[in-house]
Amino acid sequence: MIVDAKEISESAPVQKATREIYLPPERRKITGGDTTHISAKDFSIYYGEFEAVKRVNADILSKYVTAIIGPSGCGKSTFLRAINRMNDLIPSCHTTGALLFDGEDVYGKFTDEVLLRKKVGMVFQKPNPFPKSIFDNIAYGPRLHGVNDKKKLMEIVERSLRKAAIWDEVCDRLDKNALGLSGGQQQRLCVARTLAVEPEVLLLDEPTSALDPKATAKIEDLIQELRGSYTIMIVTHNMQQASRVSDSTMFFYEGVLVEHATTAQLFTNPKDPMTEDYITGRFS
Amino acid sequence: MNIGTRKILDRSFTAVGIGSIIVMAMALMIVVVPIVTNGIGAVFFTGTIEHRKMLFNEFTRGNSENLSSEVASSERYRTNVYKMLSGFEAELETMAPEKKSEYKAKYSQVRMALQGLLGPLPGDSAPMLTRFKYGQTRWEKAEEKLHDLLYESKWDNSNPDVMSKEYFVSRAIGFEGTSLVKLFPYVKNNLEKMLLPEFTFYWGFITDSSVDSHFFGGIWPEIQGTFFLAVGAMLFAFPLGVVAAVYFTEYAKPGFLNSMLRSANSTLAGVPSIVFGMFGLAFFINTLKVSESKSVIAGALTLAIMILPTIIRAAEEAILAVPKTYREASLSLGSTKWNTIATVILPAALPGILTGGVISLGRAAGETAPIIFTAAVSVGSAIGLADVFSSPTPALSWNIYNLASEHEAASQIRHVQYGMVLALVSIVLLLNLSAIVLRARVSKKLKG
Repeated sequence: MIVDAKEISESAPVQKATREIYLPPERRKITGGDTTHISAKDFSIYYGEFEAVKRVNADILSKYVTAIIGPSGCGKSTFLRAINRMNDLIPSCHTTGALLFDGEDVYGKFTDEVLLRKKVGMVFQKPNPFPKSIFDNIAYGPRLHGVNDKKKLMEIVERSLRKAAIWDEVCDRLDKNALGLSGGQQQRLCVARTLAVEPEVLLLDEPTSALDPKATAKIEDLIQELRGSYTIMIVTHNMQQASRVSDSTMFFYEGVLVEHATTAQLFTNPKDPMTEDYITGRFS
Repeated sequence: MNIGTRKILDRSFTAVGIGSIIVMAMALMIVVVPIVTNGIGAVFFTGTIEHRKMLFNEFTRGNSENLSSEVASSERYRTNVYKMLSGFEAELETMAPEKKSEYKAKYSQVRMALQGLLGPLPGDSAPMLTRFKYGQTRWEKAEEKLHDLLYESKWDNSNPDVMSKEYFVSRAIGFEGTSLVKLFPYVKNNLEKMLLPEFTFYWGFITDSSVDSHFFGGIWPEIQGTFFLAVGAMLFAFPLGVVAAVYFTEYAKPGFLNSMLRSANSTLAGVPSIVFGMFGLAFFINTLKVSESKSVIAGALTLAIMILPTIIRAAEEAILAVPKTYREASLSLGSTKWNTIATVILPAALPGILTGGVISLGRAAGETAPIIFTAAVSVGSAIGLADVFSSPTPALSWNIYNLASEHEAASQIRHVQYGMVLALVSIVLLLNLSAIVLRARVSKKLKG
């Protein structure tokens, strides 16, 4: 399922045909999917002098799955990580403009980034479970936020694992170390761990790039399951994946948000010639 | 470069590598084998009745009935020696004055040799030092002493061009024609019956205090002192070191001050330990006055300062080796920086931190120079835990040095020194082994 961009260009017509299968009409019906959840206004991100993301203006709708595509180094991960301020780990990183989450400036002077990250969960490129038991991995977030009751924790763990569609695989070995799971299971565990703190937004930073096709399919199914319950943003190199799982798509090129439209429109009828060149594989 | 040359180069490099490893292993054997064999000799040896007498009198250990029957059977042979001596003394009185003074000098040498072998003889005044209260306690030493009794050592310096040579003259010849001449074959033939050698397992070497500056008894005060000093140093240095490492890796902003602090830390790791010893005396005792004079606490603080840089470096390396993804995962779940450090980073870095800690503990146990002026005394009894703030303590490293250089009768108690060296090497080795085991366990737990 991970297909090279060149192959896509060769099989572009086939692409358009198969996409209809992946976009059933009922997917467009999302309750509450019309309010703006995250909004960027002239938002730029700098690494020192270098402007990695340039004056982005975008509204991300709540409960939608938004995919971010673009060639390597185009700033799509940087933009994603700006939303829950993970870029704070890089000392030289700073921003201009405004990034609003629920109408509040993410980079405001009085914003508590810890509270923000509780609401905006993130799953990373490489599965990164803690070297603890599966139970402790899931319970880590709730414990941080003050849930210590063993019974309640167990409830949260089960609910999160069920939501992440991994409960059946791990329910009999919750006390085993999470690093003993396969890569795909680890990634779904990371999703479950993020869901356990009950976030509003789920940021997925190339969640399947380190996984084999079968595990990738499971993660994609999982995104379908979660769609409509969370605002999901997914960075991906795989345009098929973007077209399969997302409702709207953002195309970044060299730090500029070139086009932001519904997935159906962006892949079938791109307005910008650069977007067309990219999705047809003329450059990557 | 053609394939033949490459192969020859590869092979010769392999040969050189294996050769150097063999040389290293041999050097290690040369060091370790005598330590182990002689060190074990301090605990397992052939002890004489004098050893059992000493144990009974100094440590009230042993069966008094057995001992008295042994003493009685040994006395039966000894009385003959005593009779010969008194007989010769009577004979001496009847001699012509110049002959008498000649024999008297030789006779006093014989008496001294006999005292070394059998302990105080009848007619001697009671000795003050414990080492003179007993004869030879170890059989292999008794055989050496017997040689001293039988032969007089003389030096041949007839040829001024070469170094003088030692040679031995039988003492029996010197006493030809007197009644004492019978003494020498008698002692030679009946030494075993007079000393009753018997295989001894002296576990007290580890648990006893020393008697008469290590002449008899064990090395427990030294072991305990080493333990107190090393553990005390860890109590100060480990938490401080970990906190400093966390600061360096997580909180310090890169800049001039930070890089200065880091290089200062590295420099501190390279400072010779004797400098730390002098510093400890000047700072902890003379300036801060943590104690009147030498004390365990002053020594532990000095050792702590010495091992602190190593612990900081090890902890820093371990923390930096924790994958960045753990930090990201924790932060993205809404964890605070401090929580991330305490619940994710430090547990993941624990194997490395512990290894650094235990290796430093071994180093603290083995160092001599820092405790010379701050904590160590050559002879002392084991101190209680309450005394660590006021009393100095003997310690293995310092006592090994003391026995090798300053002890007045070091040559007679080499076995004690070897025993101390073996004890110290074993303690350090055990600590390092436990570091390896601990590390393996923790990493296994982390890896799942």
